[in-house]
Amino acid sequence: MSGCHDCALAAHVDSGATSGVASVALVGPPNSGKSSLFNRLTGLRQKVANYPGVTVEQRHGRVRLGAGRDVQLLDLPGTYALQSRSEDERITDDVLHGRMPGIPRPDAILLVLDSTNLARHLVLAAPVLSLGLPTLVVLNLTDDLERRGGSLDPAALAEQLGAPVALASAATGRGLDTIRQFLAGRFAVPGRIPLPVAQNIPACRLWAGRLASQSTYRAPAPPLWTRRLDGVFLHPVVGPLLLLAVVLGVFQAMFAAAAPLSDGLEAVVGVAGQWTGALLPAGVVRDLLVQGVLAGVGSVIVFLPQIAVLFLFIGILEDSGYLARAALIADRTMARIGLQGKSFIPLLSAYACAVPAILATRTIESKRDRLATILVAPFMTCAARLPVYALIIAAFLPNTPLLGPVFGVRAAALLGLYVLGFLAAVGTALLLRSTILKGDRAPFLLELPPYRWPTLRSLGLRLVDRSRAFLTRAGTVILGVTVGLWLLCHLPLVNGQAPDLTHSVAGTMGRTIEPAIRPLGFDWKIGVGLVTSLAAREVIVGTLGTIHGIESDAGSAGLQQALRHDLTPGGAIALLVFFAFAMQCVSTIAVTRRETGGWRYPLLQFSYMLALAYGGALLAKALIG
Amino acid sequence: MAVTHTLADLPFGSDAVLAQLAVPADDAARLMELGFLPGAVVHAVRAAPGGDPRVFRVDGAEIALRRETARLLHLLPVP
Repeated sequence: MSGCHDCALAAHVDSGATSGVASVALVGPPNSGKSSLFNRLTGLRQKVANYPGVTVEQRHGRVRLGAGRDVQLLDLPGTYALQSRSEDERITDDVLHGRMPGIPRPDAILLVLDSTNLARHLVLAAPVLSLGLPTLVVLNLTDDLERRGGSLDPAALAEQLGAPVALASAATGRGLDTIRQFLAGRFAVPGRIPLPVAQNIPACRLWAGRLASQSTYRAPAPPLWTRRLDGVFLHPVVGPLLLLAVVLGVFQAMFAAAAPLSDGLEAVVGVAGQWTGALLPAGVVRDLLVQGVLAGVGSVIVFLPQIAVLFLFIGILEDSGYLARAALIADRTMARIGLQGKSFIPLLSAYACAVPAILATRTIESKRDRLATILVAPFMTCAARLPVYALIIAAFLPNTPLLGPVFGVRAAALLGLYVLGFLAAVGTALLLRSTILKGDRAPFLLELPPYRWPTLRSLGLRLVDRSRAFLTRAGTVILGVTVGLWLLCHLPLVNGQAPDLTHSVAGTMGRTIEPAIRPLGFDWKIGVGLVTSLAAREVIVGTLGTIHGIESDAGSAGLQQALRHDLTPGGAIALLVFFAFAMQCVSTIAVTRRETGGWRYPLLQFSYMLALAYGGALLAKALIG
Repeated sequence: MAVTHTLADLPFGSDAVLAQLAVPADDAARLMELGFLPGAVVHAVRAAPGGDPRVFRVDGAEIALRRETARLLHLLPVP
């Protein structure tokens, strides 16, 4: 009946290996260290895409085994029991049954289980083995198991399961050789063993418990250090204070440590522009390359250091296990406004940029809560709003000290804009809870994994991977839009020459919307800026500089002078309020569309934020004049 | 000694046996996958700062549940 694991390997069935690259699926419950193992096996040879028609990330990569034996590894969303209740789980189920269009049924499976939680995780072995695909059961985190005095007999377990078993640790690299051997060898179908019906969870638990005891599994001692650390990190008084310190630390690093890097990158892009300018003859092509393409690339790249620092911190928090504690502490407060603990980190990320924030909502299993988080995230004051705020505040507000030498009227105004965005987010979350996102919600379930030291390797891989995803997603959109807007500013050609901005398509658009924005105190020049800043908010600074024919950084006295001529103080405050609320960002629209799987929510979000921005600006203008 | 009826009433540091899950079927399945099965021993570990959610240990793992969920998980009466 059930062969030992070595014989099972010998009784091979050659599946797929002859026709191109074999595909192997990585399956496991959440927190089994599946993704770390995936990273160890594929390194940077991985690609991220979305499954057709849904919003779940499809992550695959190539494992190098040499001599034409490479394997395509597919990291499937985590699942406890291969049921298809959530979208994630449905994907895993469909792929494993070969029902996912465009994705061939895998030739073999790596089933990754947490060895410190074996009885619980073995439940997943029942539905996975019943698929009848060649399977290697990888018991991960065995370094942790042994350190805490646990043990098991892998040969006995392999015999029970009718499938080979490998002891592994993604952190130390243990067992990777065995996994590679399995991948490089010919895949063997598992022996037939009696399996419980997957839908009957109590029966599966009983089966898993019996398997664990028959393979002389000794559960590890409770993680003492985790208990001790939780005594501090979840302490009623100290816990929230530490969370506050962590949040402030992340902010400080994002804005202070990343600033020199951003300046450096900006300088590099500037030099590249000068060289390109010097190399090419003057003309439309040069202008398109320098002012369109390079300026577009530059406007994305300057945000990369901040976002990379953010990813690094989130990586440390997540790998160490603190992220779950942060979610636990934040849950009570977030629940009051209809969100939940897992919304906390995405919303924190949104202070750098809404794009990575919306990508980070993938950790929220509840579809309703995830949608609510995506819809409020762009209200957080992102880094692209700061150059706009800086310019207008410097042009219109005196630097009168209020409290000490540092905190003056200007600082107060900036703080006020942060608070305004935050309040809009809270109000919107409450509104969503009582309107379109009303109704029953899945219960909040949060597993608190033991604390672990993050490894440099895993942090580095994640940093590169996430930064690359940001650059390709935001970069392609912003680049396209910047080039498009550049064309709008330089067409139609008059006698083969680009017209001045006033008479360009963009200028015409500015004048067309002027009647609509006149009540807010904006003229057509601001109108052009509102159109171009759809690419990225800070683009309005450069546009206003171009219109006025002056050098265009926020500190420019000439630009401030020109703005004071164009706007009344009421109009200036209205412009600040408009930027606090409006979704002036094509990248965010694109990423919301992608993550919500359609145009419905991004359009709703854009219209809602625009209406709020218009109303708020109108009110500000009416109040101040 | 007071008889505890649901997981929400279980004092910290004590154990109890789950009797039934008075939640919709999908939610029950999700809870059972995490170990909250009828007959399972649950230990109340601690509360988050502010009192909610609460952390429970079941089958070697620590899981946080909100009070609104915990009060739907009924316990066997203490003999």
